[in-house]
Amino acid sequence: MNFYERLMQLDRRWIYLGVAIAVTIPVLAPFKVPVYITPEAKAVYEFVENTKPGEIIFLAIDYDPNAMAELHPMARTIMRQSFSRGIRLIISALSQNGPGMAEQLISQISKEYNKKNGMDYVYLGYKPYPGITILAMGQNFRIPFPTDYYGTPLDSLPMMDGVRNYDDVKGIISIVAGNIAEYWINYANGRYKAKVFFGVTGVMTADYYPFLQSGQLLGLLGGLKGASEYERLAKQEGVATEGMSIQTVAHLVVIAFIVVGNIGFFMSKKKKR
Amino acid sequence: MRRQLPILIVFVSGVFMVIQYFIPHESFEFIYEYAMDWIIIIGIFAMLLGLWSLTRASVSKVQAKAPGWGFSVMTLVGLATMLFLGFYKGNKSIAEGTFFMDLFWYIYTPIQATMFSLLAFYIASAAYRSFRVRTVLATILLVTALIIMLRLIPLGPISGVNQWLASWILTVPNMAAKRAIWIGVGLGATATALKIIFGIERAYMGKD
Repeated sequence: MNFYERLMQLDRRWIYLGVAIAVTIPVLAPFKVPVYITPEAKAVYEFVENTKPGEIIFLAIDYDPNAMAELHPMARTIMRQSFSRGIRLIISALSQNGPGMAEQLISQISKEYNKKNGMDYVYLGYKPYPGITILAMGQNFRIPFPTDYYGTPLDSLPMMDGVRNYDDVKGIISIVAGNIAEYWINYANGRYKAKVFFGVTGVMTADYYPFLQSGQLLGLLGGLKGASEYERLAKQEGVATEGMSIQTVAHLVVIAFIVVGNIGFFMSKKKKR
Repeated sequence: MRRQLPILIVFVSGVFMVIQYFIPHESFEFIYEYAMDWIIIIGIFAMLLGLWSLTRASVSKVQAKAPGWGFSVMTLVGLATMLFLGFYKGNKSIAEGTFFMDLFWYIYTPIQATMFSLLAFYIASAAYRSFRVRTVLATILLVTALIIMLRLIPLGPISGVNQWLASWILTVPNMAAKRAIWIGVGLGATATALKIIFGIERAYMGKD
């Protein structure tokens, strides 16, 4: 077996080691990566920025802990931007393992901005079957959520006075992993004509471009890059901005492996001829 | 009658849900809201069924000492623990600092994060083995993937060109392909729904 053939059959453990070293270096020696701001990310930022103090945005935290690295920075930055501008939030968590994670984020950021539950934000929590829940909220938030996450009836919360359904919120921002995204487009936008914006994981990003062009989706944050774009726009650089250097090096390593693999492929083919 | 009644219920419900979409009258809205409540109630029963099914499958695996039965024991222990802790203090169990939340933060969250992180290693290995310039189509796929990956990497003076190219790929060829898939899925779902409403497709009733 010559060198190129050996290169073709490189043990996967070497690849794993390469990736492990690559992602460790930027953690030990951090550096900044320039980020290009996409129009779709800017659209989400401008929507929040153009919402007047006192108006309500519906923020859906629809992901499990496995997507935290990519999506938590988006939710955190949007929440901070909203609270700092005096925007009120109705928050839900329709992914089954997300409610506790969302609650921790809400309690941390509401304390930072001295925001009160029931006055400045309402946390609805979780209900099973996101499609049905999203449909029902289009009629009335009280159908799937007669009480909030903490068990307080929605009717006794001052912020919910006169707030019935999607017509009473400025728009919906869903930070989402998985097929819950489709329900927001099909039901909240399709049926109830709500303005919908998304923050999605990197692998989901390409799936939602058609909805941007059709106007069913008005803004899109894609993966960690989208999160870092948002942090830059909101001037709140944090974990997503830091994570971009790790992601950059990891991508470079993957590209390097692809190039090496192809060199091995071509050279061994040449030798056989 | 055992077959006709479910078909009749499905037909009436299906036709109503189609019609109410186009009639914004309050009487239809009232029935629709009522139907929403029913769907949620039925959904909760489905969850109980899932719980029962998981328990039964795990117990029988443990009893038969089937390969990997130890994992089933862990499933049952985890299920019982979280159920007990969840019900024990009711709504208070989800407050920060409770044992329930500690299990969530210090066991469940790291497990999920680890599982997802492993993808980075598998993707690198898979890319190394499968992204080979064997045919014209494979080359197009490889070049496209490289452009999309490179948009995350600062490339100095060619960054702008690459960003433009990546954006074009996502908003033109990607969108065309995705749209074709979505329309196909939509038409397929409509056809299946019509077959169910009109009683042509009866697999949901199980065996006769």
